[in-house]
Amino acid sequence: MTDRKIRVLVAKPGLDGHDRGAKTVASALRDYGMEVIYTGLHQTPEAIAEIAAQEDVDVVGLSILSGAHMTLFPRVREELVKRDMAHVVLTGGGIIPSDDMLELEKQGYAKLFGPGTHTEEIAKWIQAEMQRRFAAEARS
Amino acid sequence: MTMSSNDQRSVSVKAVDGRAAWEAAFRESKLRDEEFTTLSGAKLEPLYSPEHAKLDYEKDLGYPGSFPFTRGVHPTMYRGRLWTMRQFAGFGSAKQTNQRFKFLLAHGQTGLSTAFDFPTLMGYDSDHAYSAGEVGQVGVAISSLEDMETLFDGIPLGQVSTSMTINGPAAIMLAFYIAAAENQGVSPRDIRGTVQNDILKEYQAQHAWLVPPEPALRMITDVMGHCARHVPQFNTISISGYHIREAGSTAAQELAFTLANGMEYVRRGIAAGLDVDDFAPRLSFFFDSHLDFFEEIAKFRAARRIWARKMRDTFGAKNPRSWMLRFHTQTAGVSLTAQQPENNIVRTAFEALAAVLGGTQSLHTNSMDETLSLPTEKAVKIALRTQQIIAEESEVAHVIDPLAGSYFVEAETNRLEADAEKYFAEIERRGGVVPCIEAGYIQKEIHRSAVLYQRAIEQREKHVVGVNCYVEDGDGKPEIELHRIDPAVEREQHARLAALRKRRDHARAKRELDAIRAACRSKDNLLERFVAAAHAYCTLGEIADVLRSEFGAYKEPKIL
Repeated sequence: MTDRKIRVLVAKPGLDGHDRGAKTVASALRDYGMEVIYTGLHQTPEAIAEIAAQEDVDVVGLSILSGAHMTLFPRVREELVKRDMAHVVLTGGGIIPSDDMLELEKQGYAKLFGPGTHTEEIAKWIQAEMQRRFAAEARS
Repeated sequence: MTMSSNDQRSVSVKAVDGRAAWEAAFRESKLRDEEFTTLSGAKLEPLYSPEHAKLDYEKDLGYPGSFPFTRGVHPTMYRGRLWTMRQFAGFGSAKQTNQRFKFLLAHGQTGLSTAFDFPTLMGYDSDHAYSAGEVGQVGVAISSLEDMETLFDGIPLGQVSTSMTINGPAAIMLAFYIAAAENQGVSPRDIRGTVQNDILKEYQAQHAWLVPPEPALRMITDVMGHCARHVPQFNTISISGYHIREAGSTAAQELAFTLANGMEYVRRGIAAGLDVDDFAPRLSFFFDSHLDFFEEIAKFRAARRIWARKMRDTFGAKNPRSWMLRFHTQTAGVSLTAQQPENNIVRTAFEALAAVLGGTQSLHTNSMDETLSLPTEKAVKIALRTQQIIAEESEVAHVIDPLAGSYFVEAETNRLEADAEKYFAEIERRGGVVPCIEAGYIQKEIHRSAVLYQRAIEQREKHVVGVNCYVEDGDGKPEIELHRIDPAVEREQHARLAALRKRRDHARAKRELDAIRAACRSKDNLLERFVAAAHAYCTLGEIADVLRSEFGAYKEPKIL
């Protein structure tokens, strides 16, 4: 693994105002040594992808407690692809029924995290995923 | 029989010996832990005695229905009338929520409470680009008077009391409600209910705003002024700690920030030229009831006492109704777990019991499935039945303020009042509530507490059954049935709005929107203009767009 710090964008898409989880996770990931940017509330998918591109992040984590996850995950991915950011790990969490989590994972989104998740689990998962990707890059 | 002085001495010597003996026994015993704290992290004594609960009975407690209302706002409390059982409901279309309302009324609910979807809460019509995917998801979509009429179809607005949880566009939604009542032939003088309309806590915690604080506060004083004259039975603000707590605050912060916000509204009302006794009786409150049973009960008691003292002694209110802190309670959504969700029924039950022992005027009990999605009918019914079991079976409602005089509860009540006073002083030192919001001070305080709580759970200093203890395999894959919103709701809402825009009198709608623009620039009462615009079927988004263009958008301060 390179020495470079993992860069994470924690984002709040849509009109959802619940930011306790997003901010708690953002603070925790910093404690685990990652470079974390938090978008603040009420971001459009375009704005999130734009920040992700400008900040050249490795990971985008969407926090959605509004029920709009089946709309917002695809919209953010679409905007990331437009900006040549398809390689970004697109993960997230919030109030998302487990069937929808499975469906989103089937559609190629990274692992999603629900209520009650230990922040260490999220941090370790991101570190492992990035390590896997760095290793794959190094091989190719 | 009288006691000789000798007997008296022997009793008191015995008491001292008893205390010393207990202390010694306690010190020598092995304990489960080194330190014991409330859910909010306040240190707890192992035993509370008279020295912990210093109070002057008449001054600090008094009697129910009289100053300082520590023991309750009504002389009879639940012997007169039980609390209002008011389940917060709203999802999908106005028609679907109307059916849920009728279901709840049919099962013995006594008041209505409306949850709106995010587009409505943020002042966007269902067909706005920002609304995509969110229409009807976390509440009902209401974009016009037409939707409001559908929402209350067949429910006589002169007979029910309705609570509407909306803040940024609160005045617009209240205007739709007033207009819907008028179209049912009910005078605004006869409608009863509450509009949350508490914008300060939006900037601090819940985050559904429309415009920056100053114009938002002006709309609030417009609502207070208009309702004092024309809608006298409506509570014009529900000053809410619920969202502050859910965002991560401690019990003391919830109490302090909520009451600080309340005092700010009172200052604004007085500054706008209103007589404090004309609007203060219509202010109501809304608190969280969390898992720490005694701390919560003490919080409710402290809230009543602080408010009474501030209103009488700081703001000079003369009408006892202005001194009374009446409140709604909701059990703590954040205390529910996605793991083993049926356990949430138990959590909710004793949070509800704390609210009742704390003297709440109305109560919402959460449903067991709310960490997963909006509740199903079955889950909502169990939540409502939980309140009915407390009311009908537990016999707790027969005695007023039954925990008064408990050394522990009185000590906690005093502690919470003192903690709140420290925050009031700090907020004042920083220039008041609005500067504190703009500098992100309150938001940072809440965030800090949220992080500390998360850490306490992760380090198992605090326990959550099913999450960090008594964990079962397969947790997180709940097998209870979930309530889903049909995506067709969004499409149908688009079609309805398009039809409405086509059908209405365009010239009249435009005239009303122009009148709102003019009122924004003058001191005319905005609520009056909104009611006229509602009758012209101007939509929520159209009215909110005028406000956004006149007053500008709000940008949250960066705290992270």
